[in-house]
Amino acid sequence: MGLFFNDRNRRSALAVLSHVRLLPNGYDLIAFILIMTVIVLVIHGGAAMHAPLDQLTRHPIELDPMRLPEYALRTTLRMFAAMFASLLFTLVVATLAAKSRRAEMVIIPALDILQSVPVLGFLTFTVTFFTGLFPGQQLGAECAAIFAIFTSQAWNMAFSFYQSLKTVPRDLDEVSRGFGLSAWQRFWRLEAPFATPGLIWNMMMSMSGGWFFVVASEAITVGDRTVDLPGIGSWLATAIDARDFAAIGWAVLAMAIVIALYDQLLFRPIVAWADRFRAEQVASQEKPRSWVYELARRTRVMKTVTAPFAWAWQRLLLLRLGGAGARSIAVGAAKSTRLADYAWFAVIVALAAWGAVLVVDYLKTTLGFTDVLDALGRGLATLVRVVILIALASLIWVPIGVWIGLRPKVAEQVQPLAQFMAAFPANVLFPVAVLAIVATGVSANIWLSPLMILGTQWYILFNVIAGASAIPTDLREVAAVYQIRSWPWWRYVALPAVFPYYVTGAITASGGSWNASIVAEVASWGDAKLEAYGLGSYIANATAAGDFPRVLLGIAVMSLFVTFFNRALWRPLFVFAERRLRLD
Amino acid sequence: MNDAIANKALIIARDVCQSYARPSSRTLVVLDNVDVTLARNEIVGLLGRSGSGKSTLLRAMTGLIKPSSGTITCEGRALTGPSPAIAVVFQSFALFPWLTVLQNVEFGLEAQGVAPAERRKRALDAIDLIGLDGFESAYPKELSGGMRQRVGLARALVVRPKVLLMDEPFSALDVLTAETLRTDLLDLWCEGRMPIEAILMVTHNIEEAVLMCDRILMFGSNPGRVIAEIRVDLPQPRNRLDPAFRDLVEKIYVKMTMRDQAPGQSGLFRGTGIALTLRRISTNLLSGLIEAVAAPPYNGRADLPPLAAGLQHEIDDLFPVAETLQLLRFAELAGGDIQLTQTGKHFAESGVDDRKRIFAQQLQAYVPLAAHIRRILGERPTHMAPARRFRDELEDHMSERDAGETVQTVTNWARYAEYFAYDEQTDMFSLENPA
Repeated sequence: MGLFFNDRNRRSALAVLSHVRLLPNGYDLIAFILIMTVIVLVIHGGAAMHAPLDQLTRHPIELDPMRLPEYALRTTLRMFAAMFASLLFTLVVATLAAKSRRAEMVIIPALDILQSVPVLGFLTFTVTFFTGLFPGQQLGAECAAIFAIFTSQAWNMAFSFYQSLKTVPRDLDEVSRGFGLSAWQRFWRLEAPFATPGLIWNMMMSMSGGWFFVVASEAITVGDRTVDLPGIGSWLATAIDARDFAAIGWAVLAMAIVIALYDQLLFRPIVAWADRFRAEQVASQEKPRSWVYELARRTRVMKTVTAPFAWAWQRLLLLRLGGAGARSIAVGAAKSTRLADYAWFAVIVALAAWGAVLVVDYLKTTLGFTDVLDALGRGLATLVRVVILIALASLIWVPIGVWIGLRPKVAEQVQPLAQFMAAFPANVLFPVAVLAIVATGVSANIWLSPLMILGTQWYILFNVIAGASAIPTDLREVAAVYQIRSWPWWRYVALPAVFPYYVTGAITASGGSWNASIVAEVASWGDAKLEAYGLGSYIANATAAGDFPRVLLGIAVMSLFVTFFNRALWRPLFVFAERRLRLD
Repeated sequence: MNDAIANKALIIARDVCQSYARPSSRTLVVLDNVDVTLARNEIVGLLGRSGSGKSTLLRAMTGLIKPSSGTITCEGRALTGPSPAIAVVFQSFALFPWLTVLQNVEFGLEAQGVAPAERRKRALDAIDLIGLDGFESAYPKELSGGMRQRVGLARALVVRPKVLLMDEPFSALDVLTAETLRTDLLDLWCEGRMPIEAILMVTHNIEEAVLMCDRILMFGSNPGRVIAEIRVDLPQPRNRLDPAFRDLVEKIYVKMTMRDQAPGQSGLFRGTGIALTLRRISTNLLSGLIEAVAAPPYNGRADLPPLAAGLQHEIDDLFPVAETLQLLRFAELAGGDIQLTQTGKHFAESGVDDRKRIFAQQLQAYVPLAAHIRRILGERPTHMAPARRFRDELEDHMSERDAGETVQTVTNWARYAEYFAYDEQTDMFSLENPA
């Protein structure tokens, strides 16, 4: 992404070239080593993706800790490949939606539904599709895994980008048009920078969620076909089959290190860099810091190396693609495109109807009405689980989050930890729970449920912490002066203040829990298999059996439940919070 | 128009109209047959209240928007879009928060495809000219308002435009900063150190217009049109305390307080009957002004310029309040003066409850929308009505935004007067008194 080369090096390009001294400084050495390492790793991992598929069967996953770094690398590369694809998707599709009214009519509702579709259910279809695309190559299975991660990341990023493009400040837009910027220049100079902070926040959330799916999508069984892509997820699956408890410990450790590294080496630098794009007019007290970013800024050779890129980027920005914006816009005139709109709308409806007929036809051949009832019943069971778990998690984490958020010192320590926990793929920890359930012999229907929220509850915690830290001092002082304590304090101060943040966290947590149910409602340890009655286990079993119609039905029902749940509960709460309880 | 003027003219706007089509009813006219000519070597001011359409005219003259009808020519050629010959300075500065001062100044050059080295040189020259040296690498959020507007000026000048259009460039700044910027800009202009040949500025500040402009075009509202042209022949630099300067300011005040000829209309308020568009003026401001005029030294009658100065109000803040008092018959405006009516004096002398009663009477008598809502609430057995219904009713006559603001204003006034009540959660009016 060219954006990264952009501002930082603008000044340095000239400044550096005019410097006679080109000797590397101490920072250069460290930066150079870091960059070379990354390049070598990427080349190695990328080459391995092209290996033939039989290699996987000839070299199955070995539970040897020495192999783990390689597996971790492969997992990470998959993650970044998916992130890159999501970014590309976002830039193209969200921009299209923001610029074309007709595209917007289709894209935005589609994204809204896609957000609610259980990602893991897709695997069945995508594995078949991609292995057909690259027969005999690992690349097919790789693509399927990457696509699964992509589907967990792309939608919210696209949404955020679209929303930013729609709210570009009017005066900046007028300046750009006044100076006659082309569409291409306007995009990179105004729209993309303005959308950057929101996009990066959503990328972080997407990455957090993505680790869960990368682990879940590496070891895939579809019908009689089993693919174990080299990676932490496959390592974990192998360890579970082999009942190797130490190997699971290694996987947890590897995952922790990978997430810590990606946070330090990638996201902190990006957040520190992107701070400038926050479109606020007052200097904020606290700037995000990152040692890697500082390092990159201080190196001299780095600047020389990136200077050509910066130069090329500068030239690229001078391109006048997409025609000049140098035309007056007629305002206030009623548009006479209504007829075309109706035609367009009719085409969409016709296509949708045709699709619906196809799906129903496909399902009708194998499935009956009782199957639909069965899926609905299981959906209800999972719904009950999600509701109860979110309620429990809220009861536990809201008070704790408020307590932490009001103590800046503690919050400073806990906040990164909570974010780390949210990113940590909870499925790595599932075997531990399964072991406990098997050992104690308690009901799987009840005790498998907490696994659904194991990884997602942290979203509630860190959002509530953020909300509590943002309670204005004057409000807290008013409460202290009038000696408002205990329940009234929660009722009138704390809860209303954190509510908007809580809703944001709870929406993420609830969406994540639905997705996690596919993995959490069926769990195994060696030969011991545990299963809970629910829609998640329905989809998981159908996937394992290669029963496409049931997978499709399961996905459809789950999407329906999630969409309904969002519309009936979360959206009204969100609107209420935005309208009544925003403190700024 | 003779040829000599046409040759000198840089931008000519002829018969410019701007209207907004309304789905339900008649179109809303914002600009009505406006003619403006901007000649070389002059600073022209467009003076008028907020909402009089002067900013719309400015945007049309930059080529940002295409007027509904009429022509705009720049150096004899029809203007079809933003032109390199025209640069704009915005009230809100409109700086890119993610670009440094230098990058912001270079911005316009980049759009023109100027090479980086050349860009840098020209930007540094402009920064030097406008007095921003030392701030090149600062981000806008690190700068004070005055410094930000200097960046806006440098960005406009660096593309070497012929015309500088300024949309209330100093109104977001504090008094002292604004004055410094005005003087600096005038110095540059008078010494001919800027590449520009003419300046057109939109302002609502009468003194600013007299201080800076060679010609002032007074803008009337509803619909926006030029109602008078005033030449300012005072030599630069001008002195605000000069009697000739004061005379001119007073003359403009008198013109601005002149009653419109159209029956049933006052300057600020568009429309008649319940469709009267109201501006959001709080009851605190209303009673504050009544009290100020009632008290010594004014004792019920005040000359507007000193009153504005005494209250440390920009005149544009004062006018809407004064005109609302006129609407409610608390005061009369004429000849640049404000004079309290008997009701106004009575209001000033009353206590809280009596004031509410008087205010309710005036609402009933002179704000048709308030009386209309009250009547409907009275007719309904539940004494409740959704506010939505009245907004919809108003939207047949005015823009959605104006309808919202008008209903909100009436709501606030009615709440103060305890004339009727409103519940935000349900969006319902009612006769119920919470007490």
